[in-house]
Amino acid sequence: MNFDFSEDQKNIQEQARSMLAKECSSARVRDVIDGEHYFDAELWQQVVALGWPAITITEEHGGLGLSYLELCVIATELGRSLAPIPFIASVYLGTELIKTAASPAQQQEWLPALASGDIISTVAISEGNTNHVDCRVVNNQLSGRKSAVLHGMIANKAIVSAKNENGDLGLYFADLSDSSVGRASQDSLDPSLPRAELIFNKTPVIQLAGETPAASALHTLFDRAAVLLAFEQVGGCEAAIDMAKAYTTDRYAFGRQVASFQAIKHKLADMFVAKELAKSNAYYGAWALAADAPELPLAAATARVSAVDAYYLCSKENIQAHGGMGFTWEFDCHLYYRRAQNLSTLLGGNPYWKSLLVDRLLAA
Amino acid sequence: MDFKDSAEQAVFRAEIRDWLSKNATPKSAAGGRKDQSEAYQDAKVWYKKVADAGYACLNWPKQYGGAGLSDIHKVIWSQEVTNYAEPDGYFVIGIGNCGPAIMHFATEEQKQELLPPMASAETVWCQMFSEPSAGSDVAGLRTTAVADGDKWIINGQKIWTSGAQHSDYGVILCRTDPTISKYRGMTMFFIDMNQPGVEVKPIKQMDGGSHFNEVFFNNAVIPDTYRLGEVGGGWGAALLVLMNERLAIAGVQPDGFPEFLKLVKTLHIDGDPISANPAVREHLAEWYYKHAGIKASTNRMLTAVAKGGMPGAEAALGKLVGAVMNQDIANYAIQLMGDAGVICDPAFAEQQAHFQKTVLFSPGIRLAGGTDEVMRNVIAEQVLGLPQEPRADKGLAFNEIPSGNQSR
Repeated sequence: MNFDFSEDQKNIQEQARSMLAKECSSARVRDVIDGEHYFDAELWQQVVALGWPAITITEEHGGLGLSYLELCVIATELGRSLAPIPFIASVYLGTELIKTAASPAQQQEWLPALASGDIISTVAISEGNTNHVDCRVVNNQLSGRKSAVLHGMIANKAIVSAKNENGDLGLYFADLSDSSVGRASQDSLDPSLPRAELIFNKTPVIQLAGETPAASALHTLFDRAAVLLAFEQVGGCEAAIDMAKAYTTDRYAFGRQVASFQAIKHKLADMFVAKELAKSNAYYGAWALAADAPELPLAAATARVSAVDAYYLCSKENIQAHGGMGFTWEFDCHLYYRRAQNLSTLLGGNPYWKSLLVDRLLAA
Repeated sequence: MDFKDSAEQAVFRAEIRDWLSKNATPKSAAGGRKDQSEAYQDAKVWYKKVADAGYACLNWPKQYGGAGLSDIHKVIWSQEVTNYAEPDGYFVIGIGNCGPAIMHFATEEQKQELLPPMASAETVWCQMFSEPSAGSDVAGLRTTAVADGDKWIINGQKIWTSGAQHSDYGVILCRTDPTISKYRGMTMFFIDMNQPGVEVKPIKQMDGGSHFNEVFFNNAVIPDTYRLGEVGGGWGAALLVLMNERLAIAGVQPDGFPEFLKLVKTLHIDGDPISANPAVREHLAEWYYKHAGIKASTNRMLTAVAKGGMPGAEAALGKLVGAVMNQDIANYAIQLMGDAGVICDPAFAEQQAHFQKTVLFSPGIRLAGGTDEVMRNVIAEQVLGLPQEPRADKGLAFNEIPSGNQSR
């Protein structure tokens, strides 16, 4: 048994961590939250130059041909630094869905541009708070609305779920620069990874023509992305714990370090325990993902639920540990709290994933 | 990242699987709950059988009754033996804690004499650290050892000693100098339990069982040759023993989930499977990810151990999470059974009254081997590096430390 990342993978993580510590300060995250731009284009270019979007794309499609494990260690660091770039949208979602559901010829056509960062993709699935799909494709033209699309304002391409004339669910590749596409920014809890409404009006689309049916391709996508997001969430938990530790160690009350009170120590111990369980569950998910093991569906749901609970706990208790300063706009506590909310709703909320987990557990 | 055995480990696993299939009792053939002395005798028979086959204490050197293999071989053994109804963990405290103390501090001659019968459970050992006034603050212990020529005279009381009523020997931590700092005034010994001046009294626990004991010392004599380590070096020796304990109990702490899942798959409410009930499903999800998280955390720790590391303080989380969960699951399972939940007759209650037994025994697990609160302190201080609380005993000699109305 070797249940750990390799030395090479840990080196990649270290390099990512030091790069992001330098290039992705919270001031950069705040530039996106407070400013006019929907993402940090300069950071995105650096990430592209390092080849991160190309990690799991095969070499024949212009990628690096590495495993999901390399992507998992990068995800941890992007989560830790709250990187305000369309990496989740374009890499874990768009690229992965094309790998899962597109035909070989389509992959050959689209993946090189995703690997090189020439295009940014996203997926557009949600139409509100239900699983209902009203978007329709008639004669290869898509009409309808999608909501809460991650990085919908700046993505070049989207893979959109829609039904055809017969009511069959399909996945369609759309060029968002087409004049038939309307985009509207949606205020959200976490503007560092913004959401948007997309309105399609007879937009020309290409159906993803791989052999996997749309519904099961989406399930596979969700499972894979859930593992990758779990690493982002664990990275965020670690950052929140570090913040709480630093603040309560520096601050004195009643003549002593705040961190020396058991009430605070036990709070931080509980944050650590939740994070550590989530991390270990994410490791197991990473193993199942990289090995394409039949355990992936249960492992992914487990990693997901564990990480969502841990990030909520760590980000809210980090605010609490900071006292009143934690409630200010100035302190970074709310950035993690907001990100925890954003990631926990992406791909469906916790009740949905808990139910999936239990279905899979009982079937195992 | 993989879960594969190395070629050598795979051969070893196949070998012990074969041996277990011929020599161990299948779970289905196991009878109901046994009384304490019967369970103890069964355990002694099993340990001897394992030792005769050469599988006792796999990670100990051969000359001390072990197999000269690694910690990982021991883990593989544990994984395989859990498929059988054998009391393989019965003497874990004696072997897992006292063994390393003897291994580390006794003379060569003593090791060759004492360790092989310990490994085969022909002699049984207990560990005596806790005292009535030294629980979470175990370094506050008061049992004294006073030098008398080449002997030590022991007086005082230990408590919460697992298996003392069956033990031939014990490892004991005593105060040898109350006039200096409490951590520097302790010394470790081993002691013959069957001698004048040593009296064992089982404690009747809240669940009716008597796993733990009080041990009284009244001018009991220990030869100086039974001293383990330097005079005044007892605390360091105790920490070494406790570090080994983390490995000994890694992954064996029950959290109650497998039994809960089994129950949920069988119960019905008004004809519908209880697993369809939203409230039950909420609990299933939460307890499963904790169960899976503990298991995966243990596998991360074992990977580190296989690479030559020692289990760190983060091992505390398995105990902290598992013990609380075990209690909460037992309570919830009983609620699911309705009026029948309160019945603890194994003939009527689900899974031979597993949940009813657990709901009464599990409070003890949250206290033994470090309370929930101590575990949180360990994580906060040793893993996260947070500062200690200001202490009222700091810089004081042991005999100047305030002790309230507790007699000294």
